[in-house]
Amino acid sequence: MKLATVKEILNAEVVTGEQYLNNEVKSAFGCDLMSDVLAFIKEETVLLTGLANPQVIRTAEMIDVYAIVFVRGKRPSRQIVEMAEQRNITLMTTDYILYTACGKLYEKGLRGVNVKGDVVDD
Amino acid sequence: MTNKSNAINLEFNVMKDDFSRAGEASSKIKKILTQLGIVSSVTRRVAIATYEAEMNIAIHSLGGKIEVTINPNEIIIIAVDNGPGIEDVKLAMQEGYSTATNKIRELGFGAGMGLPNMKKCSDEFDIVSKKGKGTKVFMRISLDSKPV
Repeated sequence: MKLATVKEILNAEVVTGEQYLNNEVKSAFGCDLMSDVLAFIKEETVLLTGLANPQVIRTAEMIDVYAIVFVRGKRPSRQIVEMAEQRNITLMTTDYILYTACGKLYEKGLRGVNVKGDVVDD
Repeated sequence: MTNKSNAINLEFNVMKDDFSRAGEASSKIKKILTQLGIVSSVTRRVAIATYEAEMNIAIHSLGGKIEVTINPNEIIIIAVDNGPGIEDVKLAMQEGYSTATNKIRELGFGAGMGLPNMKKCSDEFDIVSKKGKGTKVFMRISLDSKPV
């Protein structure tokens, strides 16, 4: 799914990285635990999280995640936005809660990662 | 950075409680491995292992350092801190066990997955801790290890 479609489905605002909206993600992962993000994301995945701190960007950098959606209307600070810009990461923010945001993407065909990190078809 | 007999040695200090900078060392290590053309699945293992180690030092210790040695066939990571040491290493290795405070949990860490994640990324893993002294974690990642 293109990031532009993710943006549309979640009625999200792009905070930075508008130029990468044509990039595709194969799966999504919704989580506030960064160690689990490190353990389970294995491929082109959009991360949905309610955490908005520098560690989220660091975590994304370690595993080459290039798209993050902040849920529950969370807004990243200037420092976080700058960190994302330097790493070519797209940041979006949506007013939906994590559950609703994940549900909306799933409904439109974007699957989650399983605990082995592979995309699950159903 | 020093280069002796085909090995590259990197060393980074990690400060206690410095959460705005925690992750900088791992970020630099990842960049260097990418520049060296190390295969991405290995770089990923090293990035996760060093980042978890770096967060552990920042969260739980009085400060410490991460040493990375890049050899032609393997990468050695040594994370060592200045204390206070782990009471029960076996317990600390259990998934889900954590002594982290709520403040740490708000950062998205402290779920008790750090050491297990580090072990999972390593081909060889060893941890030695002495109460009142400090903790030393040894990790070896082979350059031909499979993706995790």
